[in-house]
Amino acid sequence: MRAWLRHHREALWAGLRRLSYLNAIVVGIALALPTGGYAVLESLRPAGARLALEPRISLFLEPELRRADAEALGKRLSADPRVETVRFVPREDALKEMSAIQGLSEVIAALGRNPLPDAFVVTTRQDIAAELGKLPGVAYVQADAVWARRLAAAAAVVELGLSLLTLLLGAALVAVTFNTIRLQILTRRDEIEVSKLLGATDAFIGRPFYYLGFLQGIVGGVVALALVAVALALLNREVATLAESYGSNFRVGFLPTLEALGALLGAGVLGWMGARLSVRRHLRAIEPS
Amino acid sequence: MVSFAAVAKHYPGGQQALKDVTFSLEPGEMVFMTGRSGAGKSTLLKLIPAIERPTAGSVIVNGQNVGALKRSAVPYLRRNIGLVFQDQKLLYDRSVYDNVMLPLSFSAHPAKEAARRARAALDKVGLLARERANPIQLSGGEQQRVAIARAVVNRPGLLVADEPTANLDAESAARILDIFVAFHQVGVTVVIATHDEGLVSRYGKRVLRLDAGRLA
Ligand SMILES: Nc1ncnc2c1ncn2[C@@H]1O[C@H](COP(=O)(O)OP(=O)(O)OP(=O)(O)O)[C@@H](O)[C@H]1O
Ligand SMILES: [Mg+2]
Repeated sequence: MRAWLRHHREALWAGLRRLSYLNAIVVGIALALPTGGYAVLESLRPAGARLALEPRISLFLEPELRRADAEALGKRLSADPRVETVRFVPREDALKEMSAIQGLSEVIAALGRNPLPDAFVVTTRQDIAAELGKLPGVAYVQADAVWARRLAAAAAVVELGLSLLTLLLGAALVAVTFNTIRLQILTRRDEIEVSKLLGATDAFIGRPFYYLGFLQGIVGGVVALALVAVALALLNREVATLAESYGSNFRVGFLPTLEALGALLGAGVLGWMGARLSVRRHLRAIEPS
Repeated sequence: MVSFAAVAKHYPGGQQALKDVTFSLEPGEMVFMTGRSGAGKSTLLKLIPAIERPTAGSVIVNGQNVGALKRSAVPYLRRNIGLVFQDQKLLYDRSVYDNVMLPLSFSAHPAKEAARRARAALDKVGLLARERANPIQLSGGEQQRVAIARAVVNRPGLLVADEPTANLDAESAARILDIFVAFHQVGVTVVIATHDEGLVSRYGKRVLRLDAGRLA
C-alpha cells in the first residue's frame, strides 16, 4: 500500500516534470471559446426567460375612436379566455409618461396637441397578436412575444453551436494529448525499453503519461478559466455603460463554481483519455529484443 | 533452476538459431556458454527472461514454463533474473547511481532501503566513488561494471550475462569475471556467454559449447 502510494506520487511528479506549458496554453485557448460562450449564454438566460414568460401585446387604437367604443373593446378583450390581463392606457397618461423622459417634453410642447393614441396592454396565454390586430378600432399591434420567441430561437441556435464547438474542441484536446504523449514515448524509448527488460510492468511505465495527460487537461482548463475571467472583466466594462443607459444593472457573470470545477475535471478526463489511447498504442509497440 | 528441453528457435524470416537444445542448471551452479559469432549464444540467453520465446520445446525457469508465460507475468519473472546485456543498455541521461536505482524504482522497496542497496551494489563492483558520474564518462570496463551492479541490485538468484568481457583487455576482463565468481560463491546461479575460450578455461567451470545452434 505504501509502495503503491509512493509509485503514484512519483508518477505524478514525473508527469508534472514532463508537462509542456506551451501545450497546456494551446489547450487552454481552445477551451476558452466554449467556456466563455457558456458564461455569456447562462447570464442571458434569466433575462430571456422573463421575456418569454410575459408576452405582452400592445394594441394602439385609432386616434378618432370614441372612449365608449374603447371601453366596449376593453370588455370584449377581458371576456376572451385566451387573454390573461388587460390594462387600459389613456392617451393623457401616455403623454405624461413621455413628457417625463428628458428632452421629449420640449418636443411634445412644440407639437401643441397630444399625438398619442389610447392603448391597451394585454398579456395572453397564446400568441394571438395578429388576430387582435383585426379587431375594429385597433390601428396597430406590437407584440413583445415575437421578440421573446426570436430571442429564444437565437439562443437555442447559439447553444447548439456551442455544444458542437465543445464536442469538436473536446476531440481536439484528446488528439493533442494523444500526440503529446506519442512524442514523449518516442523520446523516452530507451528508458522504456530498458525498464521493460528490467521488469517494469506496463502499468508502471504508463502511469506518468496518464498523469501527464490529466494534468495537461487540468492546466489547460485553468488557463481557459483565467482567459474567460479576463475577457468578461473587459466585456463587463462596456456592458455596464450600455446597461445603465437602459436603467439596468445587468452584467455577464462568471461560470458558477460547480460548473467551473466541472469544466476543469472534464478537461482533465479528456486529457487522460488521450493519454490512455496513446499509451495503449505506443507503449506496446516498444518491445525489447 | 533453469532447464531447456528440446528447444528450437526460428526467427521469422531468418534461419534456425537454435536446434534441439537440452540442458539444465543446478541452483548455485556457474556455467560458461561459448561458441562462434552467430552460434546462438545471445538467442539462448534471451529465452530465459522471455525476451524471445522458443518455437519448440520448453524453457523452465524457477519452475515456470517461460515459453507459455502470459505477457503480464513477464515483468515479475524478470525481476528475479539479473541481466547483463551484450550492449549494456545503460541510460546516458542520468548518473551511474540513478542507473543502478532504476530496477528498484518499480519494485516495492522503501526509499532508504533502495538507496542502501544501490550503494551496496556499486560498492561490490568497486564504483561507489563514481556514483555521481554519467556512464558516458566511464571506461568500457567500468560501464560493464555499472551494468553488473544494476543486474544484482534486486539480489536475484540467477545472473545471466551476455559477453560481459567483450572489447576489454585481459586484466579488465578478469576483473569482471572475478565479480561474477564472487556472486557464484554466495550461492547465485550464473550463466555467462563468451567467445573467449582461453579466459573460460582458467576458471574450471562447466562449459556449454554451441555450434550453429546445437549444443556440442
Ligand atoms: N532478431 C533476429 N531476427 C532474425 N535473426 C536473428 C535475430 N537475432 C539473431 N538472429 C540470427 O540468429 C543467429 C544466432 O544469433 P545470436 O545473436 O544468438 O548469435 P551469438 O552467438 O550471440 O553471436 P555473437 O557472438 O555475434 O553475439 C544468427 O544467425 C543471427 O543472424
Ligand atoms: Mg550474442
